[in-house]
Amino acid sequence: MITSERIPCDRLKNILLHMKSSVEKKLEILADAAKYDVSCASSGSNRKNVGKGLGNATRMGICHSYSEDGRCISLLKILLTNHCIYDCAYCVSRKSNDVQRAAFTVDEVVDLTINFYRRNYIEGLFLSSGIFKNADYTNERLIRIAKKLRTEHRFNGYIHLKIIPGASEEVMEEAGLYADRLSVNLEIPTEKSLKKIAPEKDHVTVYKPMNWLTTRIDEFKEDRKKYRKVKSFAPGGQSTQMIIGASPERDLEILQLSSDLYTEQKLRRVYYSGYIPVSEDTRLPAIRTAPLKRENRLYQADWLFRFYGFDMSEIVTEKHPHLDLEVDPKLAYALRNPELFPVDINKAPYELILRIPGIGVKTAQMIVKSRRYGKVRLEDIKKMGAAVNRAKYFIHIHGKALPMVGSDPTVIRRQIVYGEKKGQMSLF
Amino acid sequence: MEQILVYDGTRAGFFTAIFEIYERKVADATIQKAENYSKGLFDEPRFVITDELKAKRVMEGFRRKSPKGILSMLTKVLHSELSDAEKVVLEVIRMAFKEPSGLRMDYRNDAILRMKQINKMMGREIHRMHAFVRFQKTIDDIYAATISPDFDVIPLIGDHFEKRYADQQWLIYDTKRDYGLFYDGESMQTVTLNNANWVSSYQISDSILAEDEQMFQKAWTGYFHATCIQERKNMRLHLQHVPHRYWKYLPEKTKIN
Repeated sequence: MITSERIPCDRLKNILLHMKSSVEKKLEILADAAKYDVSCASSGSNRKNVGKGLGNATRMGICHSYSEDGRCISLLKILLTNHCIYDCAYCVSRKSNDVQRAAFTVDEVVDLTINFYRRNYIEGLFLSSGIFKNADYTNERLIRIAKKLRTEHRFNGYIHLKIIPGASEEVMEEAGLYADRLSVNLEIPTEKSLKKIAPEKDHVTVYKPMNWLTTRIDEFKEDRKKYRKVKSFAPGGQSTQMIIGASPERDLEILQLSSDLYTEQKLRRVYYSGYIPVSEDTRLPAIRTAPLKRENRLYQADWLFRFYGFDMSEIVTEKHPHLDLEVDPKLAYALRNPELFPVDINKAPYELILRIPGIGVKTAQMIVKSRRYGKVRLEDIKKMGAAVNRAKYFIHIHGKALPMVGSDPTVIRRQIVYGEKKGQMSLF
Repeated sequence: MEQILVYDGTRAGFFTAIFEIYERKVADATIQKAENYSKGLFDEPRFVITDELKAKRVMEGFRRKSPKGILSMLTKVLHSELSDAEKVVLEVIRMAFKEPSGLRMDYRNDAILRMKQINKMMGREIHRMHAFVRFQKTIDDIYAATISPDFDVIPLIGDHFEKRYADQQWLIYDTKRDYGLFYDGESMQTVTLNNANWVSSYQISDSILAEDEQMFQKAWTGYFHATCIQERKNMRLHLQHVPHRYWKYLPEKTKIN
C-alpha cells in the first residue's frame, strides 16, 4: 500500500529547504533559550478528542523522549522570542546578554506543533516568551497561537502557556480557555533576593495573577460540577518554578514556601531548577556547577509531601534547615526519629508503613492488601519490591524486631551509605 | 495424568480452554500456545477449537469473582509471550473460582505476585510504545511507524492511537512479529504486508517518504539537541530512560545533527 515512486521537483524542494532551514535555526535558538524552564509535565488534563480532531491529553502524560541530560521531553518547549526588555541576572535571555536573538511567527509555531504532534514526537506545546513591550502584549501573542491551534486546527493535545508576571485578568481569562496548564514563575523564592537579582521584578506581579488563577480555576471546577456544558478552564491547573542556589534561601524556606503554594494556591506542581551559571553577573553567587544533588533532594521532599503524607515541618526544621545530601529525606527522617520505629508491617496503619525507608507506595499497598490473609514475612516484602537493605533497620515482623533494629542511627547511616561490611569495619 | 490443552494464541482461545477444563473437570492441566507446542512422545494433547461464546462465559464469570481490572491484567499477561504466562493465568483463574468470596489479592501468593510483575512489564512496554512510536509521513499521506517491542503489544496499543490520531491515516507495524495495525481514518484493522521491503529488516524506505518528512525529522533532531542542558549531561540517566534497543526507531538518536 505504500509503494509508489517519488516524483522529484527540485526547484520547489530548494525553495522549501531554504525556508525551512531558517525555521530550524530559530527552533534551535528558541529551544535553547527555553530549556531552563524545567517544567515538562503533560499530565493532569484529560482533554478528549472530539469530533475527529487531532489529539487528546492523557491524564498521566507521556514522555516521548529524554534529552542527554536525562530530562523528559514531553512538550515542544520553546520561546516565541528571546528578545526581552528585562535584565534578570539569572536569565540567559536577559537584555544585556550577548546572545543571538530570534522570533517565531504564529504560523511557524503552529506548523511545528502540528507536524511534530502528528509524528508522535510530542504531547503538545509549552510556550513561553521573552517580554516585549509589556506583559499583556506578550501574553496576547502566546494566546493567539493557542487559539489558532484549538480553533483552526482542532488540536486537542496538551498546551501549557506561560503567564508573564503582571498579566491582566482579561488576558488570563482567555489563556485559560485554550490552555491545559498555566504557570507564573516565582523564580526567586523571596522578594528580598529577587530585588537584588531582578530589579525590574517583584513578587506582587507574580502572586496577583497566581491567586487570581487559583480562584478562577476553582470557580470553573464548581460550575462544571453543576452544569455539564461549562467550558473547561486550565483543566491541568497551574504550576510554578523556583531557581535553587542563585539566592541564599535555605531548604527550610524553600519547602515551607512550596507547602504554602500547594495548600493556599492549590498548585499542581512546584518545580525546582538548580541554578546553572549562565552569566558572570556580580549580582549572583560565584558557583561553578549546578546544585544537582540538592535539587534532587528537594524533589524527593516534594514527593514525600504530596504522596507520602509528610508535613514539610517533619522534613526540614530550624535544627535541620537543609536536606541531608548524603541520604534521602525519608531515611533522614527515620534516622532523626528513632523512637517512632520499628513499625510492625502486619499491624501498623498504611500511613506508618509508608514512612518506613525502603518501602514505597506500591509495596505499602501490597502489604496492606496481603496481610488480610495472613502474616506478611520479610521474604514476602522482598519479593514485593521493598528495599530490604534499608527497611530491615526499621521493621517488626511477627511481633519481633529484626536483628538490626535499634542500632545506633549513626551506625545505620554508615552501613547504608558505605555498605554493610565497610560500615561495620569503620566501627573498630 | 496431566492434560495438555493447545490453543491458537488468542485470548478467546485461551478462555475456551479454561471452559473445557471446567467442563471436563480436568484436575491437572497445562495450556500451551500452538506455535510453542511440540508433541512429546506420550502426550495426548487436546486441540482447543476457539469458541467466542464459551470464552465470554468464562470471562464474565471471572469478572464477577475478581476485583475490577484483574481481567485486563490477565489479558496483558497472556500477550507477554513469557513461558510461564499461561500457567500463571490458569492458576489465578482457578483461585478465583475456588474461593467463595472470589479472588484474594494476596501478594504473598506466587501466581498473584507474578501476575502483578508481568503486568508491570507489559504496562511499561505499552507505555514505551505510546512514547517511542515515530510516524513517518509517506507519499500517500499515511503516517507509518515500525516497531519491534519486547512483547506482543500491538493488540494493546491500538485504542490509544485511534483516539489520538483520529483524523489521519496511520500504520504501526511490528517487524519482528510481522503484523501491524492500519487505521484508514475510519476504522482500525490488523494487517500483514505481503510485499514490505524493510530496509535492514525494520526500516521504511526513504523512497516512499513524503517530500517534507526529512525536514521535520531534522528539525526534531535539532530540537532534541538544543533542549539538552550540557552542564547537566547525564548519559547514565538518559540510557535508563531510553534503552539502546529502542534507538533505531528514533530519528533523534539516529540522525546526525
